[in-house]
Amino acid sequence: MNIMSDPNAARKGWLGLLAKSPAADVARLWAALQVASDHTILRAPEIGSVMVRGRAGAVGAAFNLGEMTVTRASVKLADGTVGHGYVQGRDKDHALQAACVDALMQTDAATSVNAGLLMPLQTMADKYKSDRAAKAAATKVDFFTMVRGED
Amino acid sequence: MYVAVKGGERAIDNAHAWLAEERRGDKAVPELSVPQIREQMALAVNRVMAEGSLYDPDLAALAIKQARGDLIEAIFLIRAYRTTLPRFGGSNPIETETMTCDRRVSATFKDAPGGQVLGPTFDYTHRLLDFKLAADGDVDDAPLGTPHPDATPHIMSFLDQEDLIQSEPQGAETPADLTRTPLELPASRALRLQSLTRGDEGFILGMAYSTQRGYARNHAFVAELRIGAVAVEMDIPELGFAIEIGEITVTESETVNQFQGSKTQPPQFTRGYGLVFGMTERKAISMALVDRALRWKELGEDNVGAPAQDEEFVLYHSDNIQATGFLEHIKLPHYVDFQSELELIRKLRREAQENIMQEAAE
Repeated sequence: MNIMSDPNAARKGWLGLLAKSPAADVARLWAALQVASDHTILRAPEIGSVMVRGRAGAVGAAFNLGEMTVTRASVKLADGTVGHGYVQGRDKDHALQAACVDALMQTDAATSVNAGLLMPLQTMADKYKSDRAAKAAATKVDFFTMVRGED
Repeated sequence: MYVAVKGGERAIDNAHAWLAEERRGDKAVPELSVPQIREQMALAVNRVMAEGSLYDPDLAALAIKQARGDLIEAIFLIRAYRTTLPRFGGSNPIETETMTCDRRVSATFKDAPGGQVLGPTFDYTHRLLDFKLAADGDVDDAPLGTPHPDATPHIMSFLDQEDLIQSEPQGAETPADLTRTPLELPASRALRLQSLTRGDEGFILGMAYSTQRGYARNHAFVAELRIGAVAVEMDIPELGFAIEIGEITVTESETVNQFQGSKTQPPQFTRGYGLVFGMTERKAISMALVDRALRWKELGEDNVGAPAQDEEFVLYHSDNIQATGFLEHIKLPHYVDFQSELELIRKLRREAQENIMQEAAE
């Protein structure tokens, strides 16, 4: 999906990145961020579950695969901007920080939040993925055909 | 008559205190941490997540520690915890097509686009104990290759293009959920798959093996086995659109099975499907075989009376928490029940004895 066709693509992108990033990384980068983030809590962090679904035969009817833990929170900045956080796992600070980042990304602070928090998270996620992909690639089987000497 | 009995509180408390001490083991040996279990007993963690039906590696590792490595006990702890969580909703079905594959093999096509990627597998190891692991834990870094930039399409999509494989029917957008409504028979395929994916690995393996040995034989090829990370997306009402709420590792197994045709339809291969949390390939392949066996009715096959075709037998006995709950309760006090049995058998024996004496006297 590209940003041109989906007006929510950018917000989807940062919310997804925040949800998937390790809580410890978000906490560390958040603590180092020099951005005012006075806010009131609209929804206190809440731990719950989401039923994950799959499809029969990968393409057919949906079925329930099992649940995963998710924590959510919502905040409102002093200027009224609302932010929501939905993150994987059970870390309440993670959800709250995600909600604050979501709100700040809709304000003038977006540039510094993006540079100080989202971009480093994306870099770490990309590195993790490319490292695993490289290890997987090293285990790719190269078949070769044995040519029999019958000429 | 119901007789209430009190007592045993002190014995129970002391038993649990001793359990805690035994769990810790020899204090001269360093204590195992939850992250150590999560990282180094990852396949046990995966099994607990799959059968506990809750994806959370830290909780599964904690459960394994608390259960002293008894995985069914750990699964029980996870199932109990799961019931305490409010449910925020259901995800959109995960797109396994977009999986970042750690492993992807096909037993049917050597030159599958995307290639045969072995991943961190036990396959082709010699199954010899490695005493180096007992000495030190140092490992070399795994070699790196050059990832291919292309997607890894499902093998089945190639067969589907040629119409060689039966198509998958679509179903309800919100599938029935056996954690909300008790399982009733006949069960939809969605319910069967939910039941199988959280079922006991040993039981599902045994059922799958029985089909291979001839009880409802359906000759499965593993068209594709893939393991890797896939994003989970959910619609968020307050946002008005869907976002990724996490990423999970799953194992997907697709089998291609022997075909059927009719006067109106040319022969087509049939499918079995397995999808399980974590790196759990034995379970996923087993699930696909049992799924295929249970589909006999919708595929117009004969019921040959094989256990794996009997959905009541399979689905009602695959859950190890239900099974262990009922099985293990018989070790708990049944003093009053047994007292009545005892009185009955004494009475019967007394009557029998009296009859013998009477006959002897006559």
